[in-house]
Amino acid sequence: MGSIWEYANPKKFIATVDRVLPFVAGLAVLSLVVGLIWGFFFTPEDYRQGSTVKIIYLHVPSALMAINAWMMMLVASLVWLIRRHHVSALAARAAAPVGAVMTVIALLTGAIWGQPMWGTWWAWDPRLTSFLILFLFYLGYIALWAAIENDDTAADLTSVLCIVGSVFAVLSRYAVNFWNQGLHQGASLSLDKEENVADVFYHPLLVCIAGFILLFIALVLLRTRTEIRARRTRALLARERMT
Amino acid sequence: MMPELGKYAQAVLSSYGLSLLLLAGLVGISVIRSRRVARDLRAVEERVKRNG
Repeated sequence: MGSIWEYANPKKFIATVDRVLPFVAGLAVLSLVVGLIWGFFFTPEDYRQGSTVKIIYLHVPSALMAINAWMMMLVASLVWLIRRHHVSALAARAAAPVGAVMTVIALLTGAIWGQPMWGTWWAWDPRLTSFLILFLFYLGYIALWAAIENDDTAADLTSVLCIVGSVFAVLSRYAVNFWNQGLHQGASLSLDKEENVADVFYHPLLVCIAGFILLFIALVLLRTRTEIRARRTRALLARERMT
Repeated sequence: MMPELGKYAQAVLSSYGLSLLLLAGLVGISVIRSRRVARDLRAVEERVKRNG
Protein backbone atom coordinates (compact mmCIF):
# COMPACT_ATOMS: atom_id res chain seq x y z
CA MET A 1 0.00 0.00 0.00
CA GLY A 2 1.59 3.25 -1.15
CA SER A 3 1.49 6.64 0.51
CA ILE A 4 -1.45 8.97 -0.16
CA TRP A 5 1.09 11.56 -1.35
CA GLU A 6 1.73 9.44 -4.46
CA TYR A 7 -1.56 10.85 -5.76
CA ALA A 8 -0.05 14.32 -5.67
CA ASN A 9 1.61 13.22 -8.91
CA PRO A 10 -0.88 14.33 -11.61
CA LYS A 11 -0.09 11.36 -13.90
CA LYS A 12 -0.63 8.87 -11.10
CA PHE A 13 -3.82 10.66 -10.07
CA ILE A 14 -5.24 10.60 -13.61
CA ALA A 15 -4.36 6.91 -14.04
CA THR A 16 -6.14 6.10 -10.77
CA VAL A 17 -9.18 8.18 -11.70
CA ASP A 18 -9.39 6.43 -15.09
CA ARG A 19 -9.48 3.12 -13.25
CA VAL A 20 -11.91 3.88 -10.39
CA LEU A 21 -14.29 6.45 -11.88
CA PRO A 22 -16.55 4.00 -13.77
CA PHE A 23 -17.12 1.99 -10.57
CA VAL A 24 -17.76 5.01 -8.35
CA ALA A 25 -20.09 6.60 -10.93
CA GLY A 26 -21.95 3.31 -11.43
CA LEU A 27 -22.40 2.84 -7.68
CA ALA A 28 -23.57 6.45 -7.34
CA VAL A 29 -26.24 6.03 -10.02
CA LEU A 30 -27.35 2.69 -8.55
CA SER A 31 -27.64 4.07 -5.00
CA LEU A 32 -29.46 7.19 -6.15
CA VAL A 33 -31.93 5.28 -8.31
CA VAL A 34 -32.63 2.70 -5.57
CA GLY A 35 -32.81 5.29 -2.76
CA LEU A 36 -34.99 7.81 -4.57
CA ILE A 37 -37.38 5.20 -6.02
CA TRP A 38 -37.64 3.54 -2.60
CA GLY A 39 -38.24 6.86 -0.87
CA PHE A 40 -40.63 8.30 -3.44
CA PHE A 41 -42.74 5.25 -4.30
CA PHE A 42 -42.51 2.88 -1.37
CA THR A 43 -42.61 4.93 1.83
CA PRO A 44 -45.80 6.06 3.57
CA GLU A 45 -46.89 9.61 4.35
CA ASP A 46 -45.85 11.07 7.67
CA TYR A 47 -48.73 11.68 10.08
CA ARG A 48 -47.72 15.35 10.50
CA GLN A 49 -45.92 16.26 7.26
CA GLY A 50 -48.06 14.25 4.85
CA SER A 51 -46.35 13.46 1.54
CA THR A 52 -43.86 16.35 1.96
CA VAL A 53 -41.78 13.92 4.02
CA LYS A 54 -40.58 12.53 0.67
CA ILE A 55 -38.59 15.74 0.18
CA ILE A 56 -36.27 14.52 2.97
CA TYR A 57 -34.55 12.15 0.49
CA LEU A 58 -33.24 15.13 -1.45
CA HIS A 59 -33.01 17.79 1.22
CA VAL A 60 -31.02 15.96 3.91
CA PRO A 61 -28.36 14.39 1.61
CA SER A 62 -27.85 17.61 -0.34
CA ALA A 63 -27.54 19.69 2.85
CA LEU A 64 -25.08 17.15 4.24
CA MET A 65 -22.99 17.29 1.07
CA ALA A 66 -23.14 21.09 0.90
CA ILE A 67 -21.36 21.22 4.26
CA ASN A 68 -19.05 18.25 3.69
CA ALA A 69 -17.99 19.51 0.26
CA TRP A 70 -16.72 22.69 1.92
CA MET A 71 -14.94 20.60 4.55
CA MET A 72 -13.27 18.57 1.81
CA MET A 73 -12.24 21.84 0.13
CA LEU A 74 -10.84 23.02 3.47
CA VAL A 75 -8.66 19.91 3.84
CA ALA A 76 -7.49 20.17 0.21
CA SER A 77 -6.75 23.89 0.67
CA LEU A 78 -4.72 23.23 3.81
CA VAL A 79 -2.75 20.53 1.96
CA TRP A 80 -2.06 23.09 -0.78
CA LEU A 81 -0.96 25.78 1.68
CA ILE A 82 1.26 23.40 3.65
CA ARG A 83 2.65 21.00 1.03
CA ARG A 84 2.05 22.91 -2.25
CA HIS A 85 0.56 19.94 -4.11
CA HIS A 86 -1.20 21.26 -7.21
CA VAL A 87 -3.58 18.30 -7.41
CA SER A 88 -5.02 19.18 -4.01
CA ALA A 89 -5.62 22.83 -4.97
CA LEU A 90 -7.28 21.68 -8.20
CA ALA A 91 -9.41 19.15 -6.28
CA ALA A 92 -10.69 21.99 -4.07
CA ARG A 93 -11.47 24.03 -7.18
CA ALA A 94 -13.23 21.04 -8.76
CA ALA A 95 -15.40 20.45 -5.70
CA ALA A 96 -16.72 24.01 -5.39
CA PRO A 97 -19.39 23.95 -8.16
CA VAL A 98 -20.56 20.55 -6.90
CA GLY A 99 -20.91 21.92 -3.37
CA ALA A 100 -22.66 25.03 -4.68
CA VAL A 101 -25.26 22.94 -6.54
CA MET A 102 -25.80 20.81 -3.40
CA THR A 103 -26.37 24.02 -1.43
CA VAL A 104 -28.89 25.29 -4.00
CA ILE A 105 -30.77 21.98 -3.86
CA ALA A 106 -30.83 22.11 -0.06
CA LEU A 107 -32.07 25.73 -0.07
CA LEU A 108 -34.70 25.12 -2.78
CA THR A 109 -36.11 21.90 -1.35
CA GLY A 110 -36.07 23.47 2.11
CA ALA A 111 -38.05 26.46 0.85
CA ILE A 112 -40.53 24.27 -1.05
CA TRP A 113 -41.02 22.11 2.06
CA GLY A 114 -41.19 25.14 4.36
CA GLN A 115 -44.02 26.84 2.51
CA PRO A 116 -46.72 24.27 3.36
CA MET A 117 -45.17 23.23 6.72
CA TRP A 118 -44.06 26.54 8.24
CA GLY A 119 -46.28 28.78 6.14
CA THR A 120 -43.29 30.60 4.65
CA TRP A 121 -40.69 30.02 1.94
CA TRP A 122 -37.96 31.63 3.96
CA ALA A 123 -37.17 32.75 7.51
CA TRP A 124 -34.02 34.40 8.85
CA ASP A 125 -33.48 31.35 10.99
CA PRO A 126 -29.87 30.58 12.13
CA ARG A 127 -29.49 27.45 10.01
CA LEU A 128 -31.16 28.89 6.91
CA THR A 129 -29.18 32.10 7.13
CA SER A 130 -25.83 30.35 7.63
CA PHE A 131 -26.66 28.11 4.66
CA LEU A 132 -27.39 31.14 2.49
CA ILE A 133 -24.06 32.70 3.55
CA LEU A 134 -22.31 29.38 2.78
CA PHE A 135 -23.83 29.54 -0.72
CA LEU A 136 -22.48 33.09 -1.14
CA PHE A 137 -19.05 31.83 -0.06
CA TYR A 138 -19.26 29.13 -2.73
CA LEU A 139 -20.03 31.79 -5.35
CA GLY A 140 -17.19 34.00 -4.10
CA TYR A 141 -14.77 31.06 -4.13
CA ILE A 142 -15.68 30.10 -7.72
CA ALA A 143 -15.49 33.74 -8.85
CA LEU A 144 -12.08 34.23 -7.21
CA TRP A 145 -10.61 31.22 -9.03
CA ALA A 146 -11.99 32.57 -12.31
CA ALA A 147 -10.76 36.12 -11.69
CA ILE A 148 -7.07 35.38 -11.09
CA GLU A 149 -4.93 34.34 -14.03
CA ASN A 150 -1.98 32.89 -12.14
CA ASP A 151 -2.99 29.43 -10.87
CA ASP A 152 -0.75 29.46 -7.80
CA THR A 153 -1.92 32.90 -6.66
CA ALA A 154 -5.53 31.84 -7.23
CA ALA A 155 -4.94 28.69 -5.18
CA ASP A 156 -3.37 30.72 -2.34
CA LEU A 157 -6.18 33.29 -2.16
CA THR A 158 -9.03 30.80 -2.56
CA SER A 159 -7.47 28.64 0.17
CA VAL A 160 -7.60 31.57 2.57
CA LEU A 161 -11.21 32.27 1.55
CA CYS A 162 -11.99 28.59 2.14
CA ILE A 163 -10.59 28.74 5.67
CA VAL A 164 -12.73 31.82 6.44
CA GLY A 165 -15.84 30.22 4.90
CA SER A 166 -15.40 27.12 7.04
CA VAL A 167 -16.87 29.07 9.94
CA PHE A 168 -20.18 29.16 8.06
CA ALA A 169 -19.93 25.52 7.02
CA VAL A 170 -19.61 24.59 10.71
CA LEU A 171 -22.37 27.07 11.66
CA SER A 172 -24.66 25.56 8.99
CA ARG A 173 -24.25 22.20 10.69
CA TYR A 174 -24.49 23.25 14.32
CA ALA A 175 -26.59 26.45 14.19
CA VAL A 176 -29.67 24.58 15.42
CA ASN A 177 -27.71 23.42 18.45
CA PHE A 178 -26.03 26.79 19.16
CA TRP A 179 -29.19 28.88 19.14
CA ASN A 180 -32.48 27.63 20.53
CA GLN A 181 -34.46 29.78 18.17
CA GLY A 182 -35.59 29.74 14.59
CA LEU A 183 -37.89 27.42 12.69
CA HIS A 184 -35.51 24.69 11.58
CA GLN A 185 -35.86 21.45 13.54
CA GLY A 186 -32.94 19.42 14.90
CA ALA A 187 -30.92 16.92 12.90
CA SER A 188 -32.86 14.18 11.07
CA LEU A 189 -29.94 11.81 11.60
CA SER A 190 -27.98 11.30 14.75
CA LEU A 191 -25.71 8.73 16.37
CA ASP A 192 -28.35 8.71 19.09
CA LYS A 193 -30.99 6.45 17.55
CA GLU A 194 -33.76 8.06 19.59
CA GLU A 195 -33.31 11.29 17.64
CA ASN A 196 -33.47 9.70 14.19
CA VAL A 197 -36.44 9.74 11.86
CA ALA A 198 -38.58 6.57 11.93
CA ASP A 199 -37.00 3.44 10.40
CA VAL A 200 -39.39 3.40 7.46
CA PHE A 201 -37.93 6.75 6.33
CA TYR A 202 -34.45 6.17 7.75
CA HIS A 203 -33.34 3.24 5.57
CA PRO A 204 -34.09 4.77 2.15
CA LEU A 205 -32.60 8.01 3.47
CA LEU A 206 -29.33 6.22 4.23
CA VAL A 207 -29.25 4.83 0.67
CA CYS A 208 -29.87 8.33 -0.74
CA ILE A 209 -27.09 9.76 1.44
CA ALA A 210 -24.72 7.05 0.16
CA GLY A 211 -25.79 7.96 -3.39
CA PHE A 212 -25.11 11.67 -2.87
CA ILE A 213 -21.70 10.93 -1.28
CA LEU A 214 -20.71 8.65 -4.17
CA LEU A 215 -22.01 11.17 -6.73
CA PHE A 216 -19.92 13.87 -5.06
CA ILE A 217 -16.81 11.68 -5.13
CA ALA A 218 -17.38 10.73 -8.78
CA LEU A 219 -17.89 14.35 -9.82
CA VAL A 220 -14.87 15.59 -7.88
CA LEU A 221 -12.65 12.89 -9.42
CA LEU A 222 -13.93 13.69 -12.91
CA ARG A 223 -13.64 17.45 -12.48
CA THR A 224 -10.19 17.26 -10.84
CA ARG A 225 -8.93 15.22 -13.79
CA THR A 226 -10.37 17.92 -16.06
CA GLU A 227 -8.67 20.70 -14.07
CA ILE A 228 -5.31 18.87 -14.22
CA ARG A 229 -5.62 18.51 -18.00
CA ALA A 230 -6.71 22.14 -18.42
CA ARG A 231 -3.69 23.27 -16.38
CA ARG A 232 -1.34 21.16 -18.52
CA THR A 233 -2.92 22.62 -21.67
CA ARG A 234 -2.35 26.16 -20.38
CA ALA A 235 1.26 25.32 -19.49
CA LEU A 236 1.96 23.86 -22.96
CA LEU A 237 0.34 26.83 -24.70
CA ALA A 238 2.41 29.23 -22.60
CA ARG A 239 5.59 27.31 -23.46
CA GLU A 240 4.60 27.36 -27.14
CA ARG A 241 4.11 31.13 -27.07
CA MET A 242 7.57 31.62 -25.57
CA THR A 243 9.38 29.61 -28.26
CA MET B 1 -47.87 3.19 -9.66
CA MET B 2 -47.72 6.91 -8.84
CA PRO B 3 -48.05 7.36 -5.07
CA GLU B 4 -50.93 9.41 -3.72
CA LEU B 5 -49.32 12.75 -2.82
CA GLY B 6 -52.53 14.56 -1.86
CA LYS B 7 -52.54 18.33 -1.45
CA TYR B 8 -48.72 18.48 -1.33
CA ALA B 9 -48.24 16.92 -4.78
CA GLN B 10 -46.98 20.18 -6.28
CA ALA B 11 -44.38 20.71 -3.53
CA VAL B 12 -43.08 17.14 -3.72
CA LEU B 13 -42.98 16.95 -7.51
CA SER B 14 -41.35 20.37 -7.92
CA SER B 15 -38.68 19.41 -5.35
CA TYR B 16 -37.84 16.24 -7.26
CA GLY B 17 -38.06 17.95 -10.66
CA LEU B 18 -35.80 20.87 -9.75
CA SER B 19 -33.26 18.74 -7.87
CA LEU B 20 -32.93 16.13 -10.59
CA LEU B 21 -32.65 18.87 -13.21
CA LEU B 22 -29.84 20.57 -11.28
CA LEU B 23 -28.00 17.28 -10.73
CA ALA B 24 -28.38 16.28 -14.39
CA GLY B 25 -27.12 19.73 -15.45
CA LEU B 26 -24.09 19.46 -13.17
CA VAL B 27 -23.22 15.97 -14.43
CA GLY B 28 -23.81 17.00 -18.06
CA ILE B 29 -21.66 20.13 -17.84
CA SER B 30 -18.88 18.22 -16.03
CA VAL B 31 -18.81 15.42 -18.62
CA ILE B 32 -18.95 17.77 -21.63
CA ARG B 33 -16.13 19.96 -20.26
CA SER B 34 -14.07 16.89 -19.40
CA ARG B 35 -14.30 15.64 -23.01
CA ARG B 36 -13.58 19.08 -24.48
CA VAL B 37 -10.52 19.65 -22.28
CA ALA B 38 -9.17 16.14 -23.02
CA ARG B 39 -9.58 16.80 -26.75
CA ASP B 40 -7.87 20.20 -26.53
CA LEU B 41 -4.96 18.74 -24.56
CA ARG B 42 -4.48 15.94 -27.10
CA ALA B 43 -4.42 18.48 -29.93
CA VAL B 44 -1.87 20.71 -28.17
CA GLU B 45 0.34 17.73 -27.22
CA GLU B 46 0.34 16.46 -30.80
CA ARG B 47 1.20 19.92 -32.11
CA VAL B 48 4.04 20.30 -29.60
CA LYS B 49 5.37 16.84 -30.53
CA ARG B 50 5.18 17.66 -34.24
CA ASN B 51 6.93 21.00 -33.87
CA GLY B 52 9.55 19.52 -31.52
